[in-house]
Parts: sequence; C-alpha cells; structure tokens
Amino acid sequence: MTGARALLEVEDIVTLYGGGRKFLGRPRPAVRAVDGVGLALKSGEALGLVGESGCGKTTLAKTILGLIRESAGTLRLDGKTVSGVSVRQARLARTTIQYVHQDPGAALDPWWSIGHALEEALRIHGVTDKGERRRRVDDMLEAVGLDSSFRSRYPHELSGGQQRRVGLARILVLRPQIVILDEPTSGLDLSVQATVLGVLDGLRKRLGLTYLFVSHDLSVVKRMCEQVAIMYLGRIVEMGPSEEIFARPRHPYTRALLAAVPRLEPGSLHDTPALPGDPPSNSTAGDNCVFQTRCAFAVATCAQVRPPLVSVGRQHTAACVRLDEIETVAEG
Amino acid sequence: MMANAAPLLAIRNLSVTVDTDEGEAMILDRASLSLMPGSIHGVVGESGCGKSTLMRAILGILPKRGRATEGRILLGDRDLLNVPLAVLQNEIRGGQIGFIPQDPYQALNPVFRVGTQLLETTRSKAGAEGRAEANIISLLKSVQLPDPEGALDRYPHQFSGGQRQRLLIAAALASSPAIVLADEPTTALDVTTQLQILKLLRGLAEARGLSMLFVSHDFGVVAQLCDTVTVMYAGQTVESGPVGRILAAPLHPYTRMLLACHPDRGAALAGIPGTVSSPLRPPAGCRFHPRCPSASPECENALPPRTKHADHQDVQCVLYRAEAEA
Amino acid sequence: MLMLRKFLRDVPAVIGFCIIVLLCLIAIFSPLIVSDLDRVYDGDLVSRLQPPSAEFWFGTDSLGRDVFARVIVGSRGALEVALTVVSLAIAIGVPAGLYAGYTDGWGSQLVMRLTDVFLAVPQLILALAVAQLMGRGLGSAMAALALTYWPFFCRTVYSEVRRLRNALFIEAQRCLGASTSRILFVHVLPNVASAVIVRATIGMGFTIMTTAVLGFLGVGATPPNPDWGLAIAEGRDYLPQSWWAVTFPGLGIFITVLGFNLFGDGVRDLVDPRLRRSR
Repeated sequence: MTGARALLEVEDIVTLYGGGRKFLGRPRPAVRAVDGVGLALKSGEALGLVGESGCGKTTLAKTILGLIRESAGTLRLDGKTVSGVSVRQARLARTTIQYVHQDPGAALDPWWSIGHALEEALRIHGVTDKGERRRRVDDMLEAVGLDSSFRSRYPHELSGGQQRRVGLARILVLRPQIVILDEPTSGLDLSVQATVLGVLDGLRKRLGLTYLFVSHDLSVVKRMCEQVAIMYLGRIVEMGPSEEIFARPRHPYTRALLAAVPRLEPGSLHDTPALPGDPPSNSTAGDNCVFQTRCAFAVATCAQVRPPLVSVGRQHTAACVRLDEIETVAEG
Repeated sequence: MMANAAPLLAIRNLSVTVDTDEGEAMILDRASLSLMPGSIHGVVGESGCGKSTLMRAILGILPKRGRATEGRILLGDRDLLNVPLAVLQNEIRGGQIGFIPQDPYQALNPVFRVGTQLLETTRSKAGAEGRAEANIISLLKSVQLPDPEGALDRYPHQFSGGQRQRLLIAAALASSPAIVLADEPTTALDVTTQLQILKLLRGLAEARGLSMLFVSHDFGVVAQLCDTVTVMYAGQTVESGPVGRILAAPLHPYTRMLLACHPDRGAALAGIPGTVSSPLRPPAGCRFHPRCPSASPECENALPPRTKHADHQDVQCVLYRAEAEA
Repeated sequence: MLMLRKFLRDVPAVIGFCIIVLLCLIAIFSPLIVSDLDRVYDGDLVSRLQPPSAEFWFGTDSLGRDVFARVIVGSRGALEVALTVVSLAIAIGVPAGLYAGYTDGWGSQLVMRLTDVFLAVPQLILALAVAQLMGRGLGSAMAALALTYWPFFCRTVYSEVRRLRNALFIEAQRCLGASTSRILFVHVLPNVASAVIVRATIGMGFTIMTTAVLGFLGVGATPPNPDWGLAIAEGRDYLPQSWWAVTFPGLGIFITVLGFNLFGDGVRDLVDPRLRRSR
C-alpha cells in the first residue's frame, strides 16, 4: 500500500466474550466475537463495517474505541501502539477516537440540559475556561444545524433527529480525528435519512474527520463510504472499495447479502434464493471457513482450512478458497 | 383481480382519536382500504402514519384512551367496531383473523415453554388435546422450523430471531384464519433472515389461500411480497393500487417523493423537506400539503375525494379531482 | 406546567400535600398559636381531665394540661424527629447503595449482607434494643430509627444503580472519558433521586408512627415532652371516659402519616427526569 500511512491500523485483533467457569459449574468456551480482524483507516476516509447481527461489528468498533479490551492483536494510532492496556488507559490514550451511539437520545442523560451535556465533555477533558467552553459548544451546535437556544433544552424535549445531532455535537466538540458511527440511520425513515447523512458528510469534509461506519444497511454504506468491509461471525470475509464490492461482489456471503436487500421489483421474491438456516454460534469457529455451514458453494476443504484474505482486484480482498470457480456477478 | 368481487375486509373512512396529556390526537383521519380475497395487501408509510393503529383498530385493541370516532371496519358484512367484546375475543382474534406481531423477541413469554404457549392458543379452539398438539406440529413443519417435536419443549430464548418469527407465524395460523394481519414482522430481523420469512409468507399465503394485510415502512419489502398496496401519510390513506402500477406510475406527490428516496431510484441522497405534522395539530384537509411541491390553496379546504383510476388505482389528491368529475 | 397539571389531577396526592403544608405551618407557628407554654408543661390539677370546651378546645389531660396546646407543640417534635431520622438514614443509606450498586466484588457484597442483617430484624424491636442500649431520650430514639431505616434507602438505591449501570447514557459517559466518581455523582445520583424522594416521603410517615410507638412504650420521648405517642401512653389509663386525651394526639399521628403516604404515592408518578422542562 503506497501513499500516506494509515491513521488507524488494526492487526489480527481477537476479542473474546465469556469463557471461564461459573462457580461450581462446567467451564464454558469463550465466544470469539472478533476473530482475527485487520484493517487500515486512512485520514479523511470513511470505512463501512457491514454485517448482520452477531457478526461482531459492534464489538470490533468498541474494541477499537477501547471500551472493550482486546484479547490479542495490535492497534496502532498514528504509528503508536495503543493496544494491550486496560480500558481506562485505552480511553485516555485514544481520546482522538470517539463513538456516536445508535440511539443518541438514550445516550444523553435525561437529567441534564443539552448545554450541560455538551460542556461536560469539555470539562472532562480539562477545558477550564467557561468562556471557551461556551464558544466551542455554540460553534458545534451551529455546525450540526441547531441554534444556541438548544443549550437550555432537555433531551426529551427534542425530536429524534435533533437528539442525534446533539449526540454528534457532543463528541465533535472534543475535536476527535476518528469518529465511529454505530448505525446512524437505524430507526430513521428514508425521507429523513438523507438529511442525517448529509449532515454527517458535510461535517466530515468541514472538519476533516475519518469515519468508521458500522451499519447493517448496505445502501447507506454504499452512499457514504469509500471503503467497505463485510463481516461474518467475527471475521472479515470481503473488503475493498465500496463501488467495487457492490458491483462485483466475490464472496458468497456478500453476494447473498446484496441479493437479500429488498428491491423495488414486484415479484422478485421467486428469483432470489434465500440463505438457509441461521448463523451458528461463534465458539465453534476454528480452522475452517465460518460461512461453510450455509454456503451454496461449500466443499470439503472449507471445513479444514481457514481461508485467508486474498486479493481479487485493486485493494479488493476476499476470503474464500473457491473464488476463481465462482463466477463474478455484475450488478444489473 | 375483478373490480366487482367483494373485499374480505374493508375499512371505510376510519378515524381514530387518542386522548393524550397534551390534548386530542387524531391518529387516523378517514382512512380507507380494501383487502380482496386471496391477496396480500401492503400498507406502507413512515413513522407516525398510523399504520399500526389501523391494525389495532381492526382487532379492537386500541390504546385505553383511544377510540374510533367515525367510519366502519367491515368483515364481510359485520362492522367490527360494533361487535360485542365476547365475539371479538372468541371468534375474531385468533379465530377468523390471525395476527403476526412485530418483535419476535418480545412477543413470546420467556418463562413458558414454546409448546405451552402455542397450545394455549389452539386448545381453546380445537377441542381434544391430542389433536391440538398434532396440529401444532404440522403447523411448525409448514413454517419450516427445524425439529418441530423438540421445539415444543424448548424456551423462546433457545431460538434465533428468525425461528421465533416462524413460531409466531405458526401461532397466527393455528386457527386456520381467512385473514392474517402482519405488523412489520421482519423489521427486527436481519436482511437475509427477512428474505427467508418473506418467501415463507408468500408460500403459505398461496398454499392456503390466505388474505394478508402486511404493514411495513419498507417499500422494497412491500414491493416484493405484496400484490396490492396502500400508501399512508399522517393518518390518511393517500393512494392504493396494484404494486406494479404504483411503482411504475405513482400518482400522489407523497408516493412519488417517497419512492424517490429509495436507494434503487437514484444515486443522490433524496429526502422530503419538512417534518411530519403532529397528530395534535394536524393541517386541515390533506395533511401532506405543507410539504407538497404541488400544493394549492384548495388542499387545505377539505380532504379531496378518492378518485379511481385505471387498473384499480385510487388516489386522494386535488390534482386528480378533475378526473373524478369527468 | 405539565408537572403541576399532572399533579393536580391526582387528588389524593394533593390532599396529602395540603396536610403536610398545614402540618409544617402549625409546627413553625406553634409558638404563636400557643402563646402560653405553661399550658403545655404545667398543669393545673384542679382542671384535670376536663372534656373539650370553649376554654380547652381538646380538653385537658390527667395533669390538667391543655391537650390542644400539647398537640400543636407536639407537631414540632414529630416533624423534627422525622426529618432528622430520614436525613440520617439517607446520609448512610444512599452512599452505601451507590457504592454497592456500582461496584462488584467483596465490598459490594459486604454492604448488601449488612443490609440483609438489618432488614432481618423487625424494625421496632431493633429500635427498642438500640434505644435501651443508648438510654432513654429522644436522641437515642432517633439514632435507633435511623439505623433501622437506612437499609431501605440502601436497597432502593442499589437496585436503581444496578439498572442504570448498563444504561446507554452511562456508557456514553465512559466513552467520553468520565471518571467513576463523576459518573456516580453527576449522572447516576440525580437519576436515582426520584426513587430516594419517594422512599423519603414514605419514611417520614413511618418514622412519625414509630416514634409515637416508642414514646408509647416509654422508650424515646420522656415526660413532660408533648410527644404524641407519649401523650397517648399517659392518657391510656383514663379511657374510655376521658377519651380526648388519647384521641386528639392519635388523630394527629393518623392525619400526619396519612398525609405523607398520600403525597409520597403521588410523588412516585411525578418525579421523573422527563418532566424537567426548559421553560
């Protein structure tokens, strides 16, 4: 990879959940929520993390954030290693990474006013001058499209969209470089999504932010992100420029995922084969392909070897042993 | 679809008001739709359009401070709004009309085994217990649930979201209803699971000759599953018709703008400017006019009449009023 | 205001509130209402056990003291004790509950087991035991009552904190880098306040009742304190003929406890962060 060094480098991260033994009980195997993931985020870029429930994208996001401690692997921020420390230390070392929750209204303390919530973020990070805090808060409110009268209002007095903007403003007031957005359009009507995404895009350009977009909604990721990574059961199965991936998906799971998105085509239910069954639990993962239990192209090798991510195009990688045999499908 | 066939379920000019702490909210405003026998009819709209309330009104489970203020809900020739509660409970709910709820994670009681919960709905109707269990098992097979016999002994948390939704579908079909109401049953599911469930629903409806009313906020889902569709906005039913027609030639400005927002219809991010009005202070006449690019002063005078178009498409908009009078 | 309108709709709560206000006014203005304190403490044996009349509104007790005056002045004592006890119980119970709720491990377990111990003993018996140990008098009675009531606050706060611990907005604070003490005092505590306030209003009623019982049992207020419970104890022997010596202090207790309970019930619905408004 030539060009600027990545702002964030994630190498072979593994995050385990559970495990250990209950008092007087049997030991339970740990769940490999994130099972060896690597990616790189360049400054100013937007990377989408796509996958369905249980794929580990939120766990990965929280591991990158530092809220969950990784069990193995390295994280480098601007060249410096920031992994391998406790949660408290991780948050202190990675203050330039901030997280916007999926339900921004619930992320605001119902007891305090908006102004208090926004200033608090600054207070926590040592901005002691009251005047400066006020100024930065007013600037940020304006940047997200709310006027300063919102300072005295309470979260429950705001609409969902306004709450969302406040949630954004709260973390942006800290001037982070990397913003992790967790399902920013979930629960939003289509007619409103455009506005929210527009605000996010505008902010990215205006403040030079880098986005890690966690979403299950492929169309949103397609519109907003240059790069996308598809996750399944804790692993990245395909990664690359979003236009590439949407036009020429190579991994069987990616193809199934794209095919399942409801299209405005009456009668298309018959033509689309559905993926059978449900995803198995993570603890059974090992030296095999995690998708082979549901894959239409699975063969014996798939159960014996963990497929590495191999290059299938310009910066486009996919993890499947049968890539060459599966025809590429161009989007109609 | 014949124009002169009678609808199985017809909602005519239904208005529902709810008393809130802040005043009266008119959630539904003269809403109308028709469900024809053997068809899957979609109801699509964004949040606050009243689609869930519509469903609740049919079953008579409106919130405590809510009531229907005008209109009729005709099942055959009976007005469900005037039917005594006993009839509603015994015959209609879980009887002639089945209901598939939205959230499979909340709709099942976590402390009872699945078998107990499913048998509960059927036992009161089927009679002999042995038959009830056999019925349930065959139902579970028809919804393609793996290991149906073993499933009865398990608890809800032992099933995945998609499997739970299948259980709920089975429960809805237990009394062999003629009509099934589905309240966004795939919204809480992953997209690949959603596809499975949609195909299942379509298959079941065709095999059993069911008529289904399918509520959703996702036009794509409705486009793929349904034969006909009604579009709702702020408690009003603005347009109805065959799905293909509506997608190809939407008449109502809201339908057009809503479709334009869909990712399949444009690379650019399109939205609808403005926000939905509150049901506490709704605009007069057509509730979409404050946001409508084709609005005219007539729009707020009164609700425009429903005009019929070719191919059973009808629309409630002043732009087409001239055609009605023609 | 939405809060006021909602409150006014709850008639029992409004009644409770009026009772409390009346009680506070009586307590505050008691020296004005009863100008002559002699009537409270010094009796005139000649006029003992007089029924209610124009001169003695509530009659006189066995020592010739004016029952009306005693009931009025006794209200002050009742309120003082209730406030002190509840404040003490909050001062001990709330921090204990915060700590036990937010942390895991030995400390938390210790606090909760301690709470269990205190809760296992019937309150009145515990209060009696402590009062006996510490000697008679209102002070020891108050300490005893505080010791019996703090576990309730601790438990209430503990369960609320446990619930809030996993709330999204708490996690968001952690993401922002807030320290544990900041999260506890700035975020958890205000949101736990509603539960504490409800417990406190009910606690006031409970305390007044129990103080009266302690006074009745001779543990707690000592004569010539016009404590309501003590007054009932003193007048008990003269029932049923001289009913007024017992009935009026008893009514005082009854109405006060009723007032606090009604108000407390109403407050439960009302104290909700969602009712905070910017206007």
